[in-house]
Amino acid sequence: MKLIESFAMAIKSLTANKLRSALTMLGIIIGVGAVIAIMAGGAGMENYVTSTLEDLGTDVLYVQPANPDAPGAAAMAPGYATANLTLDDAEAIARIRSVLGVAPTNENFVELTFGDESITSVIEGTTPEFLEAMGYDIASGQFISERNVASRDMVVVLGSKTAEDLFGDEDPLGQRVKIKGKRFTVIGVLALKGGSMFGFSMDEMVIVPITTFQARLFSQKTPSGQDAVQSIAVMVSGPEAMDDVKADIETTLRKRHRIDEDEKDDFTIVSMEQMIGIFTDITGVVSIFLAAIASIGLLVASIGIMNIMLVSVTERTREIGIRKAVGAKRRDILLQFLLEAASLSLVGGGAGIAFGWVLALAISFIATLAGFPLQATLSPFHVIIAVGVSVFIGLASGIYPAMRAARLNPIDALHYG
Amino acid sequence: MIELENMTKVYWMGEVEVYALNGVTLSIKQGEMLSIIGASGSGKSTLLHVIGCLDRPTSGRYLFEGAEVSRLSDNRLAEMRNKKFGFVFQEYNLLPRATALSNVELPLIYGGNRRKRLQAMEALERVGLGARAKHKPTELSGGEQQRVAIARALVNNPALILADEPTGNLDSASTAEIISIFRQLNQDGITVVIVTHEADIASQTQRIIRLLDGKVISDEKVD
Repeated sequence: MKLIESFAMAIKSLTANKLRSALTMLGIIIGVGAVIAIMAGGAGMENYVTSTLEDLGTDVLYVQPANPDAPGAAAMAPGYATANLTLDDAEAIARIRSVLGVAPTNENFVELTFGDESITSVIEGTTPEFLEAMGYDIASGQFISERNVASRDMVVVLGSKTAEDLFGDEDPLGQRVKIKGKRFTVIGVLALKGGSMFGFSMDEMVIVPITTFQARLFSQKTPSGQDAVQSIAVMVSGPEAMDDVKADIETTLRKRHRIDEDEKDDFTIVSMEQMIGIFTDITGVVSIFLAAIASIGLLVASIGIMNIMLVSVTERTREIGIRKAVGAKRRDILLQFLLEAASLSLVGGGAGIAFGWVLALAISFIATLAGFPLQATLSPFHVIIAVGVSVFIGLASGIYPAMRAARLNPIDALHYG
Repeated sequence: MIELENMTKVYWMGEVEVYALNGVTLSIKQGEMLSIIGASGSGKSTLLHVIGCLDRPTSGRYLFEGAEVSRLSDNRLAEMRNKKFGFVFQEYNLLPRATALSNVELPLIYGGNRRKRLQAMEALERVGLGARAKHKPTELSGGEQQRVAIARALVNNPALILADEPTGNLDSASTAEIISIFRQLNQDGITVVIVTHEADIASQTQRIIRLLDGKVISDEKVD
């Protein structure tokens, strides 16, 4: 008997009792839906975190303090590591071969006030190299200069959106803004860059010289009493030099920080690639873990299908007897019931994919409203996996009932009921 | 065409051996119309099932058109049931949610035939039900349902029609109709074997085989 005819027969049996088929499919719909929503959400999370990490330039290394006793990524957690980098460290690194420039940077939040307008913003205290290291352009005025840094000038450069929010159509250049109650003069505005990192727009920030930051805004000292630097961005001449520069920075800092040979570094050096890698790994692991849990739902759905198929076989014992009496072979009966189970789960799986997609969109929508612009994405790979898993579940759940059906003795079956 | 030699069929009821057939030897020629008669438990249905390859004998030889069939595989037996035999049962045994036409098509689906719709319609018309092809069994009378069952039995042009108490659930008018259809089919060349416990029906066939406790106790020609 041809496959298409068996398939048609299977679909006919399923539509004969629509309510039962629908209820049985519910398990698969929810199970597949949950897995799809998690996978799509996970992909969205990854994008959210990494989309502009990639914009920032790949030939840059970031040096940050680290707790030598802490494992893995926890070593970089702020507050956990003792502030031990200084401007002198930055200068020492700047002299290393193949290093194009360094941008020591400190970061915090402040309230900016202009007249009656007041906004909260990220503030970066840094040096002129920041512009190139972070891939910004200046739109009007100028960026902070070496002299600004040397003199601890009370000057500030505004991000594109910050300038808009605070000044509207007015020209910000030359105006005075108050940061933590102190007056700063606006000397430049950055060009629009776009993108976000961890939910913070790259255009909503202000930049002051790092020395001013340390002296006038937020003072933080190293154990030896010098002004601390939170991180140092190091621009490298090219990808080939990355490993050498990294090794040289390690040597330089270990000497400067007086770390013995058998002691661990009290700093970390990561490339943007590594940063992206770490976050991708984390979100990836979380996604897989959640998906695995959601798969338990699929197991339950599978049991549901097997249950219903067994009931169906029992109910149709006589029918199976009739079919065998007119010439159906064991494999004809086996195929029929197997296809019924597979059809149930295939249709359920398809509906589940649609359901999961809608669920993912809904979650993205809610997240965006809450301030996390999440965009769930469904890749064809996910869909193929979901379909494959559905079919597999159908076949696996249906095989036992189908074998029972195929093995029925026709005479006994005809007398059943 | 059919030769049975010392056929036995044994069942186990708990620890007791039950001989449904206890050494049956007989032969059936092509074109015969015969009945198998006996009380309940005489083994007549079992004999019909064995002849129609719906059941295997425990021992004995069964030659069909010269070939030994009792030791054939399940699949080959299924093929025999599909192409060589047509069963008609007392309870009609139609698929309740399918139309008359679909019911008659069933053997054709398993037989891999091509012109299923056409052949099925021809079979239905042969039993006089061409007009009721799209009706479901619930919409048909008992007599009509049995006629659909006969059409189904016919549709693959079998060598034999095997009917087990075909008129057991029918009134006398429908009974007469069904028997006359069987006679017509026999005149067209099909061998017909009817199992019954009613003498009236048996007397309308050409040969009566009487069974008691799994053995043939008489085998006589009528008319």
